[in-house]
Amino acid sequence: MDFWTTPGGWTLITLGEIVLVMVGVLISLAFLLLADRKIWAGVQMRKGPNVVGPFGLLQSFADFFKFMLKEVIIPAGADRTTFLLAPLITFTLAFIGWAVVPFAPGWVVSNINVGILYLLAVSGLGVYGIIIGGWASNSKYPFLGALRSAAQMVSYEVSIGFVIITVVLLAGSMNLSAIVEHQAGWIWNWHAFRFPTLVIMLPMMGIFFFSALAETNRPPFDLTEAESELVAGFQVEYSSTPYLLFMIGEYCNIVLMCAMLSILFLGGWNPGVPVGFMASWPPALASLLLFVVFALKIVFWFFMFAMVKAIVPRYRYDQLMRLGWKVFLPTSLFAVALVAAWKVFGTA
Amino acid sequence: MGLQAIAFYVLAVVTVASAFGVTTARNPVHSVLFLILTFFTAAGLFVLLGAEFLAMLLVVVYVGAVAVLFLFVVMMLDVDFASLRAGFARYLPIGGAVAVFLLIEMILVSGAVAERGAAAHVKPLSGENISNTEAIGRVLYTDYLYDFQIAGLVLLVAMIGAIVLTLKHRPGIKRQTVADQTGRSVRGGLQVVQVKVGEGIAE
Repeated sequence: MDFWTTPGGWTLITLGEIVLVMVGVLISLAFLLLADRKIWAGVQMRKGPNVVGPFGLLQSFADFFKFMLKEVIIPAGADRTTFLLAPLITFTLAFIGWAVVPFAPGWVVSNINVGILYLLAVSGLGVYGIIIGGWASNSKYPFLGALRSAAQMVSYEVSIGFVIITVVLLAGSMNLSAIVEHQAGWIWNWHAFRFPTLVIMLPMMGIFFFSALAETNRPPFDLTEAESELVAGFQVEYSSTPYLLFMIGEYCNIVLMCAMLSILFLGGWNPGVPVGFMASWPPALASLLLFVVFALKIVFWFFMFAMVKAIVPRYRYDQLMRLGWKVFLPTSLFAVALVAAWKVFGTA
Repeated sequence: MGLQAIAFYVLAVVTVASAFGVTTARNPVHSVLFLILTFFTAAGLFVLLGAEFLAMLLVVVYVGAVAVLFLFVVMMLDVDFASLRAGFARYLPIGGAVAVFLLIEMILVSGAVAERGAAAHVKPLSGENISNTEAIGRVLYTDYLYDFQIAGLVLLVAMIGAIVLTLKHRPGIKRQTVADQTGRSVRGGLQVVQVKVGEGIAE
């Protein structure tokens, strides 16, 4: 086993972990995408995709090959390098966030001390793919979409940051594994349900959820690609594989936000009952079970994302800005002050 | 050690090359993109130094917020690239002088850092086994609390100043008031009019 502790072995192990996480996320994305479409279809009393494979299960793979085999069209007036760089940025940023996500006890690629700040930083960078894509297309609608998205994502990131601070204050750590450990035990130990702070944290969970919708440009905040106003926003000029990269990146970001919601508020891998009875189990089996719990929570939040898209009509742009700056920002700022005060005076 | 050295050289080369790209790129948007890459790789260098909190702050604040607004502004400018480069020779002496002064300052500072001249009396906190987030927190909120608060006040004044300078209350503009809109009832919003045939409604 000496080899695995050398730099070469460490590099191999880390690369293996990265590939495992990426492939896992990509395959689950294929089925989440199908679930998304099936849920909208259900809400609108349609059948949804049901032709490719049993129950349409292979639809996403068919779409994948279709995108891959189409011709890449680059507009003549476009800035070629940045035009192709933009989808790559979106795709890469969507995946590097998963590096710090703890899937089960010890199942994390990089257990860094400032994991939550890292996630905030990565989601903050996500805006570049959209801005650059919109600008490089050298066309009106993409550019308008890019400007909208820049303003929107920067605005909602502020309230996401404040909500994260309340969780960090409660958990006393910025390490994601430590935040999950802090919520171990019964279901009322989860940050969303812990007794005195529940009054603040449940609304904070709501604010985080709505801000996540805005941050990932999901309906009702999908003003960057509002088809009635901007055709398809920043991705008007994109086709085939570059478009596919944009779409995968977008969905990957959504699932990452679902994972963050689960970790910060719903106890991550904690099943809501003390896990002491698993002590005699083989560690791999126990971890696998806890991973399934975590995955189920992610699927729950993804269901909420899909339901919001199916049910809620799109916001107007000024309403979006008003909600972000005049409602979410003061509320979350006030919540940070309250939680900090409770931490200092309430726990003595 | 080997991996760290490789990471350092890769990051350092990219930092310097992209900083060079900021000044040489013909397109201002490309310049800003190079600037972002410089910030990003500088954050990577911070991580190598073990200052992960500062690295993340650099990315969140500079790359995630400041540079976005920068890009925002630069993208909307319609810059004539030819006229932009026309003044190159004219401003070369001033720019060159500034560059020389900066170079001298940097050499002096790096010499002082190498000898730990200014920081000779500061002890490293790493012995106490705390993360550097906690170490920064202790310095900011315990040792230098008042200075930190004053810095915050200065920023607040600057922010209010910027708002006051740009906020204009123009009369005669229709504004959206959400309370009025949602508080509207059928009684106030609907009027039943008996219209005589052939006359229409006078405003």
